[in-house]
Amino acid sequence: MQRPKILMVDDEEDLMKTLVNRLNKRNFKTTGVLSGEEALETIKKDPFDVVVLDVKMRGIDGIETLRELKKIDPGIEVILLTGHASVDAALDGMKLGAYEFLMKPCKIEELIEKIDGAWEVKTERDKRIRLAEIRKTNASAKL
Amino acid sequence: MKNVRYIKLQRKIIAITLLVALTPLIILGATIYFQFTVMYKDKIEEQIKYRSSAHAKSIGLFLKERTAILSAMADTHTLQELMDKNNLLRIFKIMNTRAGAFVDLGVIDNKGLHRSYVGPYELTGLNYYKQPWFAEVMNKDVYISDVYMGYRQLPHFIIAVRRQEGLKSWILRATIDSDIFEGIVRSAQVGKTGDAYVINKDGLFQTRPRFKGGILSESNLDTTLFGGTTTVNKPINDTGMKRLYAGSWLKNDKWLFIVSQDVSEEMSGLFATRNLEITIIVLGILGIVIATVFTTRMTVTHLEETDAKMNELNAQLSHSDKLAALGKLSASIAHEINNPLAVILQKTGWMEDLLDEEEFRQSKNFEEFKISIKKIEEHVERARRVVHNMLGYVRKMEPCLEDVDINKTIEQTIVILKNFAGINNIEIKTDLSTDLPIISGDQARFQQVFLNLISNAIDAIGKDGLIEVKSRKVNSRINVSIMDNGPGIAEEMQSKIFDPFITSKEQGKGTGLGLWVSYNIMDKLGGAITLESKVGKGAVFTVQIPIVYPEKK
Repeated sequence: MQRPKILMVDDEEDLMKTLVNRLNKRNFKTTGVLSGEEALETIKKDPFDVVVLDVKMRGIDGIETLRELKKIDPGIEVILLTGHASVDAALDGMKLGAYEFLMKPCKIEELIEKIDGAWEVKTERDKRIRLAEIRKTNASAKL
Repeated sequence: MKNVRYIKLQRKIIAITLLVALTPLIILGATIYFQFTVMYKDKIEEQIKYRSSAHAKSIGLFLKERTAILSAMADTHTLQELMDKNNLLRIFKIMNTRAGAFVDLGVIDNKGLHRSYVGPYELTGLNYYKQPWFAEVMNKDVYISDVYMGYRQLPHFIIAVRRQEGLKSWILRATIDSDIFEGIVRSAQVGKTGDAYVINKDGLFQTRPRFKGGILSESNLDTTLFGGTTTVNKPINDTGMKRLYAGSWLKNDKWLFIVSQDVSEEMSGLFATRNLEITIIVLGILGIVIATVFTTRMTVTHLEETDAKMNELNAQLSHSDKLAALGKLSASIAHEINNPLAVILQKTGWMEDLLDEEEFRQSKNFEEFKISIKKIEEHVERARRVVHNMLGYVRKMEPCLEDVDINKTIEQTIVILKNFAGINNIEIKTDLSTDLPIISGDQARFQQVFLNLISNAIDAIGKDGLIEVKSRKVNSRINVSIMDNGPGIAEEMQSKIFDPFITSKEQGKGTGLGLWVSYNIMDKLGGAITLESKVGKGAVFTVQIPIVYPEKK
C-alpha cells in the first residue's frame, strides 16, 4: 500500500526531529523543517501529501503558512498542532481548509490516526479527480 | 456603627445648612422687631400727646367759661347792686346753675376790702390789698390765680375780674371748686400707671397727683423741658422706671397740664408681640433644625449605604480582575509547560520505539528501561492533566449548543457520584423543581460544574453526611444549590475559595482548580457561583445559570 509523503513543520527542533524519526520508523516518508518559510520553499520544489504544521511559530505563523500552502497546492492536507493558547487560531485554520488539529502534547498514535485520516481523504479525492478526468477523456473521445 | 468620616460630613452639612437657613431668619426677626419697636414707641408718644392736648383744650375751655360768666356778671351789674347780699346770692346761684363749680363769690373794692360775700366761709370785711393777686387783677382786668392757701387755709384758686365803674373800679372774685376742677383734670388718667395733673411754672402741684405728692408740693418736674403747645418728655426718674410725660401749657403758659404714663405699661402690647415673634422664630428654628438633622441623616445614611455597595462592587470587580489576570498567567504557564512536555513525550516515545529493536531486547536491563519509560509517560500524562485542568476545560472543536435539561444533568451527575458517596455513607438527596425550562447551552460544562461542586461536598463531609441538591427557577435564572452538612468554610477562606490552587484536601489529592474552573465556566456563561457557609454548619454553593431559550427549529 502506498504511504503518504509527510512534511513536519515545527520550530521546536527536538520535537520536530523526534516526530520525524518516530514517523519514519513507522514507514512514513517524513521530512522535517523548522519554519513556515522553509516549508513553503520545500513544497514548491517537491509535492507532499500531508503537512503537520505547528500553529505558533517564529517568523510566519502556522495559519499564514497554511494559507500560502493551500495557494501553492490546494489538494494538500494539513494537520495543525496547537497549544491551549492557540486553539482559536487552530479553529480558524480549519475554516481555511486544515483537515484537523491536535493539541500538544499528543500521543504518536493520535497523530498517526489523524495522518491516516487525512491521507484517506486526499487519496479519495485524488481518485475522484482521476475518475473525472477519465470520464472527460472518454467523453471527448466519443465526440 | 457609623464611620467617623460620615459623622464629620454629617456635622458639616448640618452646620452649613443651619447657618444659611437661620442667619437670615434671625436677622429678619431682629430687624422687624427693631422697626416695630420704633414705630410702636412713636405711636405711644403720639397717643399720649394727643390725650394731653385734647384734655388741655377742655380744661382751657372750662376756665374760659368760668371767666366769661364771671365777666358777664361783673359787666351787667353795678357795685351798688352787688353790695346787696341777696342780689349777690341770686347771681351766685345763676352762675352755678349755668356753669357750676363756683364755691363762693365776693365783691372787693379798690382798697382791697371784701365788701360783700356769699359762700361757706366768713370772709366779709377781710382786706386783700396785700394779697399778691390783688395787684395782678387791678393791672390785668382778668386774673386766674395759682392754687394757694389764702385766709381759709385750704388750697384753692380763684378767678377775679375787674370792673371799671365811672372812676371807681371793683373786683368780682369767685373761688373754683377744686374737686370739680381736679375731676376734669383727672379724666385724662388712663390705666394702672397713668396720671394727670396740673403744675405751675415752679413745678408745684396745682391739682392732687394720683401718686406721690399732694397739692402745692414739689412735682420735681423741670417745666423748662416742655415747650410749645404739647411736648413729650421722658426724664429718667429715681425708680429706674421710664415714664412718659406729655405736657400742654394752659392759662397763658402759667400752668402745665401733665399726662403721664409708665412706658412699660404702654409697651405691654409690644412685649406681647415680641414674645409672639420670638416664639414663632424659636419654633421655626426648631423645625429647621429637626428637618435639617433628619434629612441630613437620611442623606448621609443613604450615601454610606451606596458607598458600602460600591466598595463591595469594587471588591468583587478587583476579585474578578484578579481571576482574569490569573487566568491569563495560567494560560501562558500552561503553554510554556506543554511545549517541554510535548518534547519529553516524543523523546520517551522514540526511546520506546528504539527499545523494540533486537539489540535492546537482548539487554538485561530491557525490562527496567521499559518500566522507567512507562513511568515517565505516566508522569508526563499527570502533568498534562494538571495543565488541562488549569485551563479549565478541554476545548471542543466546535462550540456546542444543545438543549439542556438542568434537572437531567444534575441527575446524571449524581449517578456518577452515587457509588462513591455511598461507600462513605453519604446520602445525596434531590429537590428538583418541575417547572424549569429547557435551556440552550453546553451540557458537558454544566455537568463539569455540578461534578466539581458535589464531589467537593463529598470530600468536605468525609464520612457520614447528607448532601441536598436543589433546583429552582428564580426570575431569569435557574439556581442550583448544593448544600452539605460538612464542617463548613471559615470566613477568611470564603473570599479566596474561588482562587486557583486553594484546596483543603490533602496534598496530592486535589489540584485546587475545581472551584476556580467552575467559577470561570459560570462567569463566561454570564452566570455565577455564590457561597454561604458558617463553620460547623456546612456550606451551600449556589450555581446561578442564566436562562437562554433554545432557538425554535
